Order: sequence, then C-alpha cells, then structure tokens
Amino acid sequence: MKKRVNSEIALTHILSRKRQTLVASFGVTIGITVFVFLNSLLLGFNRFFDASIFKSMPHMRIYKDDELSKPLVQQPGKTTVVVNPKILNQAKRLINPQELVNRVKRHPEVVAAAQWVTLNLFYTNGKSQLTGVSSGANIIEADAMFNIQSTMVEGNLRDLQNVSNGIIIGIGIANKLNLHVNENLPVISSTGVTKVMRVIGIFQTNNSITDKSKSYMNLSAAQQLMSEGPSYVTDIYVNIKDPQKVEDYDEAFEEMSGYKVEDWKEANETMVAASKMRSVMMRVISTAILLVAAFGIYNILNMTIMQKLNDIAILKATGFSGPDVIKIFVTEAFIMGFFGTCCGLGLASVLVNALSHVYIGGDIGYFPIRFEPIVFVLGAFIGLFVTVVAGLIPARNAAKVDPIEIFRK
Amino acid sequence: MEKKVVLKTENVGKYFYDPVKFKVLDEISFDAKEGEFLTLVGKSGCGKSTLLYVLSTMDTDYEGRLFIADEKLSGSKPDHLAKVRNEKIGFVFQFHYLLPEFTCLKNIMIPALKLGKYSREEIEHRAYQKLEMLDLKELALKPASKLSGGQQQRVAIARALINDPLIIMGDEPTGNLDSKNTNIVFDIFKELTRSQNQTIIAVTHDTDFAKASDRTIELMDGKIIDLDKKWD
Repeated sequence: MKKRVNSEIALTHILSRKRQTLVASFGVTIGITVFVFLNSLLLGFNRFFDASIFKSMPHMRIYKDDELSKPLVQQPGKTTVVVNPKILNQAKRLINPQELVNRVKRHPEVVAAAQWVTLNLFYTNGKSQLTGVSSGANIIEADAMFNIQSTMVEGNLRDLQNVSNGIIIGIGIANKLNLHVNENLPVISSTGVTKVMRVIGIFQTNNSITDKSKSYMNLSAAQQLMSEGPSYVTDIYVNIKDPQKVEDYDEAFEEMSGYKVEDWKEANETMVAASKMRSVMMRVISTAILLVAAFGIYNILNMTIMQKLNDIAILKATGFSGPDVIKIFVTEAFIMGFFGTCCGLGLASVLVNALSHVYIGGDIGYFPIRFEPIVFVLGAFIGLFVTVVAGLIPARNAAKVDPIEIFRK
Repeated sequence: MEKKVVLKTENVGKYFYDPVKFKVLDEISFDAKEGEFLTLVGKSGCGKSTLLYVLSTMDTDYEGRLFIADEKLSGSKPDHLAKVRNEKIGFVFQFHYLLPEFTCLKNIMIPALKLGKYSREEIEHRAYQKLEMLDLKELALKPASKLSGGQQQRVAIARALINDPLIIMGDEPTGNLDSKNTNIVFDIFKELTRSQNQTIIAVTHDTDFAKASDRTIELMDGKIIDLDKKWD
C-alpha cells in the first residue's frame, strides 16, 4: 500500500503529460532501435565474414614449417663443414600423419580433423594452362569441414571416392577450359608429374579467386602428383568447437604434435583487425546514440521537476520523505524508459526483418543480418539501466527541494 | 482534568544568513495543549511564519528543542520527521497547494495512502466523510485545478484532517478567502478543537480571526512579547 502510492503518483504525472512522456520515450525508442539494429548488423557481419573464411580455411592447420640447414656442421674429431643455409629437402612432410590425426581427434575440443595435401598445379587444355591450387583429402571429411556439397552446381561430391583420378573443380576453371562432368582434365604438378584427371563435379562459391583456381581430389591422387607415397601429408586441418577461442589451444596442439600450428586468426590478421575496428566503431556509435536518448529523459525529467516544485513541496509537507520523492521520479523515468525500450525493440525487429530480405548478390546473397536474441536482451537491459540512471540524477535534486523555500515565495 | 501538552518548544532560536547574519527567532518557548485553538500574530517579518515552519518539522536548521507528543524532534533524521508529519501534523496553507493533476478525492487520500494505516476502501470512505463534513461531496471526482479558491482551501483542510492528526497547522489559512469562506474555515477549526480534541496552530494577520481563537501568541522581532494576548 505504501509503495503503491508512490507509483500511483508517478503514473498520474506521466498520464497527465502524455506529450512529454511520448517525446522522452520516443528518444529512447530511437536510441534502442539504433543500438539493437547496429549491433545485430555487426554480429551478422562478423558471422558472415567468419563463415566466409571457414569456407576455405580450417580453424587451425598443423604443418611442418620450413626448416633451414645449419650453417655449421661440427663433428668431433672430423673436419667442420660450413654450408650456406637453405631449406631442407625433407621439409613439408608430417611423420606418421594417421597416428597424429587420431591423437588430435581425441582432444575434447576438436570436432573434426583431416589429413591434407596441398599442391600447386596447372590445369591444361591443349596448349592453354591455368595455374591453380588443389587439395588432396578424404572428400567426406573435407565436406564436413567446408560444406563443399552446398556449393556444388554439377555432379555429386561422393562420386569422387569411387574414381581414383577424379577431380572437383571450380566453375571458373570449368568455364575457361570448357569442361563438363565426366570430361578429362590433364594436370601438371609443381614436381612435373602429368596426370589425366576426370571431372566429377563443379562447384561455385561466388568467390571468383577460389572459383578460378581451386580443386579437390583424392589424397592418393595428390600424393601421386607429388611423386610421394601414401604416408605423404602436408597438413592436418583441425576444426574446434569455438573458433573464436582458437588461440587458447595453439600451444597445446603444438606441444602434442611437435609441429607448427597456425590458427585462422594468424592467417587472416588483416581481416580480424578490420573486424575488430568495425566492432569498436559500431559500439561507439550505438552507445553515443543511446546516451543522447538518456539525455532526453534527463532533460524532460529535469523540466518536469522544475515545474513541479510546488507538488514536491506539498508531498514533503504531507509526509513524503526524500527517498519517496526519488522513487516517484525514478519510477517515471522507468516507465518512460520501459515504454521506449519496448517500442525500440519492436522497431528494431521490424528493421532487422526488412533488411534480412534485401538481396545483395555475389557470394553474400541476402543481407547477413538476423534476429539476435542476445543483442535484444542486451539492448533491453542497457535501455532500462540508462534511463533509470538518467532519471536518478534529477530525482535526487528533487529530493533535496526544501519545501519552506517554496512555501515562502 | 489538566489538558495534555502536545507541542512544546524550549529556547528555539534561528538565524538567517542571507544577505547578513540576522537572528529571526530568539528564545522562543511555549506550550500548546490538546484541543487548543492557538493563533500566532505579529507584524510582517516578525518571524511568525518562520516559527511555524520550525514547529512543522520541515525546517531543521534551528537551535533549541522541539517536542511533539512528548517526543524530542530537534536533531531527528529527515525521514523520521517526514513520518511524524505524515502521522501527527496536518497542514493548511495560504495558497491552497493541492496537486493539480489529481481529483479532490485523491488529493485527500494521498497522505492516508502514504501512512498505510487503513485499507484503500476505508481511506476512500473516510475521505468522503471529510468531504461531506466540509460540504464538498459533489466535488469529489473533479480535478483539483478546476476548483475555486475557497473550494480548494476547504479540500486542503480535508486533506490535513485525513490522518486525524494531533495538530493542524495553518499559514494564513484564510489569507486569500472572502469573509464568507473565512467564517466557514474558522467554524471548522473551532469545531475540530471541540469535538475531536485536535490542536490548531495558525499564523494569521486577520485580527478578527485571532480574536475569536482560544489563545493568541504575539511575536515581535523574533521574540514572544505576549503568550496570551488580551484584546481590548
């Protein structure tokens, strides 16, 4: 009962000045809308860019770093040999890769691990040649990591397992060399081996560099092209549960494997830095707009209090204490903030929904934005918090009003 | 039977500091008994309103001691004083001072809702009783801002009465009322002291009003010059 009278007074104040209430709430609405919208946009962007990176890159890659020969070979009792440092011949090759993959897979954070052979090669058609990069891998494992099947425009990915010299090529290569499924494609590897491959499928990622150069083949075919045996593997690709925390596991895997581990953040430093910058920028803008909205509430409440000095004095004279007065005006701020926040969340969902139906084209497709519950929860929380704080400052001034000074006038 | 003292001051003194230090109240000591209709008179600037604000507990910046119902209130915390005002003191001011957004009924109910002693239904019932007593029943649901001055003043009196306070304080309660309304207010006050045994302390410069009260204290230059002014 005692508490209800405070909120009852607050509600009457609010309802008897609907216009001011609406203006203040509208400020919060705009602030929350922009805040939620920008942050949804940001999250959508980041998610899209991460996804586009992971279309062609694993979360981390285990490989043997190039090793240089020692410039000085000292053998006790024998002549010391001095050589020019150069890359050792046995570089690039992982020892006992199958065992290493099994070990990696046992790590609790790992969701997928695959042996990989990366090689540079030429796709040829008569005299014309195209340079490219091919990945030799178990195609099922590769599909689990990069979802190749979803980009296939011709042929079936699984057929590659049944055709030892099969190859899946990007649509750019297919167009340039006029290739279709089941046609032959001679390739020449960097070690000079020529092999006639059969086109099993064609994929289209809409990333033109990938489409014009990339292909997939069986592990054994890649090993043959490198003139190597079945234990030749250049990389192990690893996907973990949370790619954002990948740097936490680098060291553990380096220790486990004894090889170099490179995570996707190291490999895409520029992109990661750009995305960080974008995050900071959007957060600053959205917070600034929210602060402006809060200032609107502060302003209107301040004005209300100036106009209501008489009422505050009379409330105090009839037994309302300072904290009661604070409660009354903070409740008013809260009601305005609550109303404004609700409208803001509604408006933001409308905007997000509208933008998610805008077609951009390219490999983006529809605008990469969607309803992000976490952003909406955060927006609601921040909206209410900011308005209550904005209300608290003038409310405290109201509590300090000295009724005698008012009555004397 | 000796009447109980409901309000008592001991050597109350107060200074104003702006523009220069100046003693507005000097060694004020007096008692007010229950059921007494007390008026404070004096020339403009003699400190009678200032004294009333000290008595009302709204002004805490004074020296000396103030007791209401045997409780020492000088030096109490503001929140406690607010509670005392709510429960034991009713106010009537010169310029009516109702909350304009609320109906008359709500204006009267608010201090009682704050006190929380009765249920909402009971408070509403009591508020109607007070309105009836002051002959305002038909105005109950009108917004306070739509009333005439005399009507507003009577609603303010009803509000002052809602918690059955020990003391009703008025600062020029009839200050801007015509003689008809002044008489109505005076009769109400008189009736309250007689039937409800409530104490009235009113500041006034209306000689007729003061003359008709039980006792008149006269102030001059911040001092009490007469504790029971005799009118000739």
